[in-house]
Amino acid sequence: MIDGFLALYIFMLAAFTGKEIIGRVPVILHTPLMSGSNFVHGIVLVGAMIALAHADTLLGQVIGFIGVALGAGNAAGGYVVTERMLEMFKSSKDK
Amino acid sequence: MALDNALIWIAKASYFLAAVLFILGIKRMASPVTARKGIVQAGIGMVIATLATFAITGGHNIGLIIAAIAVGVVPTWLWGKKVAMTDMPQMVALFNGMGGGSAAAIGAGELLKFSAVGAASVPVVTIALAVLGALIGAISMTGSIIAWAKLDGRMDKRFTFGGQQVFNFAVFAAAVATGLALIAWQVQPWLIVTFFVLALAFGVLMTLPIGGADMPVVISLYNAFTGLAVAFEGYVMGIEALIVAGMVVGAAGTFLTQLMAKAMNRPISGVLFSNFGGGGEGAAIEGSQKPIEAADAASLLYMAEKVIIVPGYGMAVAQAQHKIWELSQQLIKAGKDVKFAIHPVAGRMPGHMNVLLAEAGVPYDLIADMDDINPEFKTCDVAIVIGANDVVNPAAKTDKSSPIFGMPILDVVESRQTIVIKRGKGTGFAGIENALFYADNTRMLYADGKDAANQLGAELKAIEGGGGH
Repeated sequence: MIDGFLALYIFMLAAFTGKEIIGRVPVILHTPLMSGSNFVHGIVLVGAMIALAHADTLLGQVIGFIGVALGAGNAAGGYVVTERMLEMFKSSKDK
Repeated sequence: MALDNALIWIAKASYFLAAVLFILGIKRMASPVTARKGIVQAGIGMVIATLATFAITGGHNIGLIIAAIAVGVVPTWLWGKKVAMTDMPQMVALFNGMGGGSAAAIGAGELLKFSAVGAASVPVVTIALAVLGALIGAISMTGSIIAWAKLDGRMDKRFTFGGQQVFNFAVFAAAVATGLALIAWQVQPWLIVTFFVLALAFGVLMTLPIGGADMPVVISLYNAFTGLAVAFEGYVMGIEALIVAGMVVGAAGTFLTQLMAKAMNRPISGVLFSNFGGGGEGAAIEGSQKPIEAADAASLLYMAEKVIIVPGYGMAVAQAQHKIWELSQQLIKAGKDVKFAIHPVAGRMPGHMNVLLAEAGVPYDLIADMDDINPEFKTCDVAIVIGANDVVNPAAKTDKSSPIFGMPILDVVESRQTIVIKRGKGTGFAGIENALFYADNTRMLYADGKDAANQLGAELKAIEGGGGH
């Protein structure tokens, strides 16, 4: 268990980090960036895996299974489409 | 025991590494030069974190976990590989909804566990964050699914009924009240079920009345929602990496939502609670639209030194981006200065047009943002507008009675000559006449985008061949 106030500090610092790292993003990358950050919250997969591992009732297992499948879909799909989009961005100097 | 501790240590260290890779990855995604490396880096972090998790599951339900991962990964991976670039906004919405659903499922599982062991033994903060994460995650899931259906053309653009806002608020208030009961009163299975039904229903209800044009802002908002839901459930599960990654996405997503809303000249509250185009009709426009043939348009281009191309979503619908890029290369070869001017909301979400042009092979350094290109229209010989309408309508600056008044636009009207490629005389998304099309120095080339680009290329070649001695 994480201590309450320590967690509060983690929440606060991570929020500022999130705003700062995309503070100067050009409009041309808004779509891939949204898709990329969408991929990053696919880390929810890890939480769902642990929840499923600890599930000992049938209902718990069903809910855990859904959680893992959805989290894995978020991560895999988010990665593929972001990578596909970013791969296409080329400068005229690259040729 | 020692082995268990070592495994837990390895997992925790891997989560830390993953969190670092996520932050560095997102940072790199903010520049076109490093963006590709950024997503690969974040991807490595995800793989490390997932593998490390197997180490601490102790083999419980291991078959189920692997099966669930396969069920999640295989179809989304294949779908993501082949989805058309024009359909990207709804794809992002769908994947986002899955993340929200996953967070909500974690919340549901944990709450059921609390009800089994007795909520008195669980800290109230933990129950509260499990409820909050589940609420936000559930809204994000069903909301994103509706957003996907709308963008994918599977549902009418808007769905409204009398007293809708009051009804929606009542459902939301009931969901919050049930959530509070779970936190402050008791964790009972029937309360948990009621809570989830209300939260899932509210996600649907909240998204139904929002029109297609506002969907990008909504998807971005739900992206931030899912991030927050993941962070809260991360606290419940005691995994710091979920808190950090979820919170970073939550904050970045909120910021991105604000940027997009600003680019569309729509306050976020306006997107969520009111409808587009509620303003006046706009003043009548005098004059007429003057047509031009492809041959004459090509000779305008032949004489021009500086050409700015203004593409809109209509170009992508006509699948004309490849032909337009061929035409542009022809012009560049003839020594002309060619640039692409992109409105922040061109396409179906901000930055979408850039993706579509990149797919056609247009280098990103030829693509200019609105603020950078607007002063250049004065010195532009020919501007080509293809598939764009409302974003080049000068009424947004001059006509206070126009529903789009105040929206930032591309100053195409200042260009010396403008060629508008358009199928017919219809109006744009906002359903209003475009003053640019009636301007003295504007000529209308009525054709399908692809055909027009082809004809212009052929006519240009003919002129170059004839006068090239």
